[in-house]
Amino acid sequence: MTTKISSLAAPNWAAQLRKKARWGESAIEASLFAVGILTILITLAITIVLGDQALLFFAEPEVNLQEFFLTTSWQPQIGDFGIWALVSATLTTSAIAILVALPLGLSAAIYLSEYAKPRARAVLKPILETLAGIPTVVYGYFALLFVSPIVRNLVGVEKVGVYNMLSAGLVMGIMILPLIASISEDALSAVPNSLREGAYAMGATKFEVSSQVLVPAALSGIGASVIVGISRAVGETMIVAIASGAGPKFSFNPLDAAETMTGHIARISGGDLPYGTVDYTSLFAIALMLFLVTLILNLISQWIVTKFREQYE
Amino acid sequence: MPSFTYPEKNELERFVAARYRTGWVWQVIFLSALIIAIFSLSALLLNIVDGAFGYVAYEFKKDPLTISEKPLDQLNQQELIALLQANLSRGAYNKLNNEKPMESRSQGELYNLVIERIIQVKTLQTYPLFRSLFEKAAIEAEVSERYPGARLEFRSWLSPTFLTTPQSSKAEFAGVRTAVLGSLWLVGIAIAFALPVGVGAAVYLQEYANKKSFISRVIQTNINNLAGVPSIVYGMLGLAIFVRAWEPFTSGAMFGITDTNGRTILSAGLTMGILVLPLVIINAQEAIKAVPDSLRQAAYGVGATRWQTVWHHVLPNALPGILTGSILAMSRAIGETAPLIVVGASTFITIDPQSPFTKFTALPIQIYQWTSRAQSEFQAIAAAAILVLLGLLLTLNATAILLRNRFQRRW
Repeated sequence: MTTKISSLAAPNWAAQLRKKARWGESAIEASLFAVGILTILITLAITIVLGDQALLFFAEPEVNLQEFFLTTSWQPQIGDFGIWALVSATLTTSAIAILVALPLGLSAAIYLSEYAKPRARAVLKPILETLAGIPTVVYGYFALLFVSPIVRNLVGVEKVGVYNMLSAGLVMGIMILPLIASISEDALSAVPNSLREGAYAMGATKFEVSSQVLVPAALSGIGASVIVGISRAVGETMIVAIASGAGPKFSFNPLDAAETMTGHIARISGGDLPYGTVDYTSLFAIALMLFLVTLILNLISQWIVTKFREQYE
Repeated sequence: MPSFTYPEKNELERFVAARYRTGWVWQVIFLSALIIAIFSLSALLLNIVDGAFGYVAYEFKKDPLTISEKPLDQLNQQELIALLQANLSRGAYNKLNNEKPMESRSQGELYNLVIERIIQVKTLQTYPLFRSLFEKAAIEAEVSERYPGARLEFRSWLSPTFLTTPQSSKAEFAGVRTAVLGSLWLVGIAIAFALPVGVGAAVYLQEYANKKSFISRVIQTNINNLAGVPSIVYGMLGLAIFVRAWEPFTSGAMFGITDTNGRTILSAGLTMGILVLPLVIINAQEAIKAVPDSLRQAAYGVGATRWQTVWHHVLPNALPGILTGSILAMSRAIGETAPLIVVGASTFITIDPQSPFTKFTALPIQIYQWTSRAQSEFQAIAAAAILVLLGLLLTLNATAILLRNRFQRRW
């Protein structure tokens, strides 16, 4: 018995074990690493695929960069490819969405993080989470069959059609609200308690603490939430495909029907599109722009979030 | 030098009261944002329920009473076949028989055929639920005035038949069977891809990689970015890679299947898998992070290798969290529509999907298609299909919550 233990405890055992080559372990580590790299490959694939087809598009004789970025008519049938016809609708619907979602989302975040008692939170949070979990196609149904008739009744049936950017934008705002609320709430809760306590000790009211201490302190996080919200709004497809209208139109009037970049991709690719045509490659050019814009927005918001996290840690 | 004088007592009290009043007003404003959110959610749900049930005004070409003595839904298979033979032209009957032999059709299918081909119901107008409940007299008056001879019936568009019949060009007979099966196939393929890959990547990032190293920082940033890429862009990726470049594989041509192109369940499922991958990774990372270090140290302490530690101790303890995360990913996948449109979901399919190499449709695609139709009966079945979709989502999320509550551990 004693001899066994002494032999186990001999130092050369440990050294031998450490030196032992474990091929299985290395193979597993290598394959896990490969899987991690795969996620980078996906980004590369997106860039290459979109870039490749977009290059084919720009190589077409009827297309040139200047026309693409500077003109306002998108009619592939007659060779007009002015992206602004689609960008205008994307900007209009996203702007409406942010105008709805930012005040509502920020108010909700302040209420949840500063005012609500734990029991109220337990009820209110799941409601926001449910809103966030509803598929966008359902929001599209809601925009077309509930919000649009109300908008038409309020503005006047003769002035605005069934399809309009206003209803799509409003519903998109409701869709983004939980996102902005949740990121802003995280930012508000990350503000150290000492700041709150200091302000209360000075005799500030709850509203003064929230508006003059917490919101300024969490401003970067709130900014990040707005940027993420814009990125979501720009990339959102189903609500605008259903409710904002079919057919590109250069217009910033919310009461007009106009097609966004995403809505255009969805409508055109919905038919059986022949590969390699200008129509087909033009979609990749639009998608590339979408990808780059959302990528830049997401990178900015991530950078902001990391930066402000460091501030208080 | 500016001098500061304290306000008089009365003035001070007024001042403080005013500040508290402002505070109170703002509290109401903050709360109203949440009330608007609650209102929107209720309006959305009520609007869907409102659309999915209600009165229907319809007429038919042939009165059921003239072709059969018993009520049609009580006839058995043989009697229904006889009815079809007696009332359809020879050519029409043979054509139907060639599509699918009459004897192999179920009673429900034959009943639908009789209604569709012989009775030929035509929906004239549908009414939403709340009007049907509260303004029944007005609806009856309107129907008898505008559609003389029409019948009025309360109909639930969401019904067992709706769940079990395939797509049809007439809203009255359309169902979501093929769409639900298509959605389940899609989610199955998506998760079969995303779960192993996602957990692998999460394990690498949490357990193996040096978190400060350049490569793991790049991977981490990249995953966060992928989570923010618009879903339609994933659709374009799927279109170019899975549908076109990998066509021999995704159409099944490699395996001797020749009747399809690349627009198959497999292409769409893989696209969905890539789309939910970042979600799975981020959730799995959180779950792995929550496993306390003492477990790892104990495993290393008794001489376990890194993989033994991960496989026998970290993963089993992180499993509930990983599963919850993948269920959330599944519910994301089941509701996504845009990538499916781009990858090329077929909108009209009546045959159940048999393998990954078949054309497909999915529940959100049907909802999109039906919502876009102008006729009110299609919007009614869109609402019914939304209820089915929300039901599926509710089931998934309830499972996730149950799992979380059942297995959640506090360390």
